[in-house]
Amino acid sequence: MVIDPTTIASIAHLARLSLSDDEVQLASGKISAIMGLIDEMQSVDTNGVEPLAHPLDAVQRLRSDEITEINQREELQANAPAVEKGLFLVPRVIE
Amino acid sequence: MEWETVIGLEVHVQLATKTKIFSAASTAFGAEANTQACAIDLGLPGTLPVVNEEAINMAIKLGFGINAEINKINVFERKNYFYPDLPKGYQTTQLAKPIVGAGHMDIALEDGTVHTVRIHHAHLEEDAGKSLHEDFHGMTGIDLNRAGTPLIEVVTEPDMRSAKQAVAFARKLHAIVTTLGICDGEMSQGSMRFDVNVSVRPKGQTTLGTRTETKNLNSFRFMERAINKEVQRQIEQIEDGFEIVQETRLYNGDTDEARSMRTKEEANDYRYFPCPDLLPVIIEESRLEKLRAEMPEMPEVRKARFINELGLSDYDAEILSAEAATANYFETVVQSGGDAKLAANWVMGELAKTLNQNDLTIKNCPVSAQVLGGLIARIKDNTLSGKIAKQVFEALWQGEGATADEVIEKKGLKQVTDTGAIEAIVDEVLAANPAQVEQYLAADEAKRGKMVGFFVGQIMKASKGKANPGMVNQLLKQKLG
Amino acid sequence: MSNKPLHQQSLTELSRSLQDGAISSTELTQHYLDRIKQLNGELNCFITVCEEQSLQQANAADRAIAAGNIKPLTGIPLAHKDLFCTEGVKTSCGSRMLDNWIAPYESTMTGNLKAAGTVMLGKLNMDEFAMGGSNENSYYGPVRNPWNREVIPGGSSGGSAAAMAAGLAAATTGSDTGGSIRQPASMCGITGLKPTYGRISRWGMVAFASSLDQAGPMTRTVEDAALMLNVMAGFDPKDSTSMDRAVPDYSATLNEPLKGLRIGLPKEYFAEGLDSRVEQTVRNAIAEYEKMGATVKEISLPHTHHSIAAYYVIAPAEASTNLSRFDGVRFGYRCEEPKNLEDLYQRSRGESFGSEVKNRIMIGTYALSAGYYDAYYTKAQKIRRLIRDDFLRAFEEVDVIMGPTAPTPAFPIGAKANDPVAMYLGDIFTISTNLAGLPGMSIPAGMVDGLPVGLQIIAPHFEEARLLNVGHQFQQTTDWHLRTPVDLRG
Repeated sequence: MVIDPTTIASIAHLARLSLSDDEVQLASGKISAIMGLIDEMQSVDTNGVEPLAHPLDAVQRLRSDEITEINQREELQANAPAVEKGLFLVPRVIE
Repeated sequence: MEWETVIGLEVHVQLATKTKIFSAASTAFGAEANTQACAIDLGLPGTLPVVNEEAINMAIKLGFGINAEINKINVFERKNYFYPDLPKGYQTTQLAKPIVGAGHMDIALEDGTVHTVRIHHAHLEEDAGKSLHEDFHGMTGIDLNRAGTPLIEVVTEPDMRSAKQAVAFARKLHAIVTTLGICDGEMSQGSMRFDVNVSVRPKGQTTLGTRTETKNLNSFRFMERAINKEVQRQIEQIEDGFEIVQETRLYNGDTDEARSMRTKEEANDYRYFPCPDLLPVIIEESRLEKLRAEMPEMPEVRKARFINELGLSDYDAEILSAEAATANYFETVVQSGGDAKLAANWVMGELAKTLNQNDLTIKNCPVSAQVLGGLIARIKDNTLSGKIAKQVFEALWQGEGATADEVIEKKGLKQVTDTGAIEAIVDEVLAANPAQVEQYLAADEAKRGKMVGFFVGQIMKASKGKANPGMVNQLLKQKLG
Repeated sequence: MSNKPLHQQSLTELSRSLQDGAISSTELTQHYLDRIKQLNGELNCFITVCEEQSLQQANAADRAIAAGNIKPLTGIPLAHKDLFCTEGVKTSCGSRMLDNWIAPYESTMTGNLKAAGTVMLGKLNMDEFAMGGSNENSYYGPVRNPWNREVIPGGSSGGSAAAMAAGLAAATTGSDTGGSIRQPASMCGITGLKPTYGRISRWGMVAFASSLDQAGPMTRTVEDAALMLNVMAGFDPKDSTSMDRAVPDYSATLNEPLKGLRIGLPKEYFAEGLDSRVEQTVRNAIAEYEKMGATVKEISLPHTHHSIAAYYVIAPAEASTNLSRFDGVRFGYRCEEPKNLEDLYQRSRGESFGSEVKNRIMIGTYALSAGYYDAYYTKAQKIRRLIRDDFLRAFEEVDVIMGPTAPTPAFPIGAKANDPVAMYLGDIFTISTNLAGLPGMSIPAGMVDGLPVGLQIIAPHFEEARLLNVGHQFQQTTDWHLRTPVDLRG
């Protein structure tokens, strides 16, 4: 299957990845080849087979509703690119 | 042409858990920015979610409350999109296998008929953080305290036909979630938020018109106004020959203005898929049984009981059962006061008025239900007249005593019911007003009724309002013949 | 005390010497730090070396030993793959995105090892976000194979495997999503164990593909792997996919006799694409087992061939959304002077992710997008079930499955750089165990062209003890695991 550069550009946008024109071309070639490898699975008869999301048939464990996380803002924001008054800063969001 | 309005609702109900749906950080409202956002809430690398049991329990109770099926296998999925208040780049929510399946709710309409609104499903999900647009050198500030707060989203079928019906549904749902104790119901804090889907169609047409979605309405009043405004806009558009564009709209309650949100350059492609960090939630029958046993009386059952057992009017019963806090307060007043009608009058009258004046709700009312009940008991046993009772209430509100009896004692407000003492005052008043007595005796029966009021007033004044008015009347009748 | 150089000794040997007082943890740690200084320049195994911190930990270990408070791993110098969060130490995942990220918390697995008294020498190089099989996809440059500097060490835990082969740590840790522990172990001539999915907590292990990722030990011997797993494994309430099962003493059953052991050889693992010399090496190893009294039987895992297709949908799909949190807002790389929010997202991610990571994010995004979800993601999940069921059926007849770990020995750096399909086909024998969640292990089984070749052993879910027993017995009668590159014997 060929994933053309236009499709690559739109996927890249959906995934918020800036790509140069050269990167788009290169990705188109590589991803098309990989999709070829993937499309091979369409030959498998999976009628009546349930999808398997996790290898073990395990179920979700539930946590009791008790507060154990205390404020660690200082530590957790130590790595933040831009912080002011405890808020993470981003370029202005317009709704 | 006559138009019909079609409305469907998506209601976000914040669950009253202590901790987040996937982390053990507090959900308390109003903390300093990002002090309740732990590593999981911030979506830091290597962190993992674990499901809060209480969120599951509350969702199940909601399911019971709206007569819905509980899906015994439910699955959390990721809804992928980038936004600064969404730390992981996806919202963990439910899509294909939500916890609550189809259900329904009956709402009472003004004309006395009952209308059924079908519930499509309700699903659990995490709330997002908040973007603060105040000026940070042209930047937006992100507070993630709210991120991860559990929400249950109730999605109705398009079964409502007017803004009033939508509001009736919303109020009823508010009554249910507060009665269940699964939501604090604080609309001003965003504890319940409504997205309304509105379309119009010529009356008689069966297919639906193109709908718009107005998001994030957080009061019943705004909701009603926003719907009416949108209905009006759509009808005008169509009548002017335009088509309705399917879009998301924002309504500003303060300015009563609505506008279209900037159209997205691309169609949303949320790439839902089962969250691989979580496993299917299996609801055992034993859990359902336990929760069923814990179910409180639902508002409509309570209302019926208020009418049948307490003898309240339909109107009073409706108002007193609509909110769990009010209903619980009222029931306690009845229990300790011993008179349902008096209790209803006081809770809906003096108490509601005073709360309103002081901008308080029943939850932070300074006079407890037991204390108000104690006051009512003193009205019932004739210790207090209605007028003096208001003085006692005022004193209790001001904290001038812990109980009605204490205030009565301290201020000497006890109603005088001693016949001898009242008789003495009556005699005194009659002796001091010989001219009025003469007039009274000369008057015919029809006029006497009015004239007796003068003596009663004088006697009450002389007794500082404490004389029992019934006894005063009786004595006057005897003495004046 | 053993006469072998310290860096060629097993954990058992080192532990004994530490206990006897023949060496101190400080001396041992200094020995490794010296070797790292000497060799890391050419091998590029370490992204971060924690010189000061490791000597402090060694000192603490020495005091504990002096106080008679010694556990099996007290004072042992280790190094961790750089995707395990280590509090106060940079955790880069081999990416420019996290080049500035100091983890504010500790992963459960490294925390367990810390609590066991081990010393952390530093953090190991890897393919960016564990995506790759050659360790060429690191922001910090490729890792070189200690057996031949011109070839790859395998990946994605290439730094962990190469550091073991070069004697730069007493044991290392890795993670395995599609073979990332076993394949580099095979290519570097060490022991690498991927336990059952859910056996070791994933808390604090930066996720690549959540339903496939599993941490594991990379060691000189199988006996060492058992010692490591004893500490690394265990239930963790912070990881919903962690399994609440008791951890047996894996060291206790290493010497069970193998007479009557039923070995299954999947015919699909000895098929086209397998280097004939690798095949011969593996068959020789299996012959050793027959000498020990094991029986061998050909079996079939009919969907093996489709595992690559299913894996390269599932892993990128999960990765594409797992990596959405790297957005330049709360941590990590942020581009210079973003014009607006979109620009911030696109350039922060575009400038800091390498091309393999970007390609996989795009494959996953595409596979999950509307209109393709059923054709790709659902289809892959169904094939995943077929693959798991193949194994469950096979284990009704055999106790373990054996075959090659990788179809070829390590190849020259750059040889497959522009051919992702050829690169991905190299994962054919390891991927299906991740899809099925099974434990698998690679142990050194021979040499081809001066490069090590591994034997892969696969066991049923939670049968790590059996795997370790079977591997250990091989190492009692062979010495492939004791070989080290001539120029690094020191």
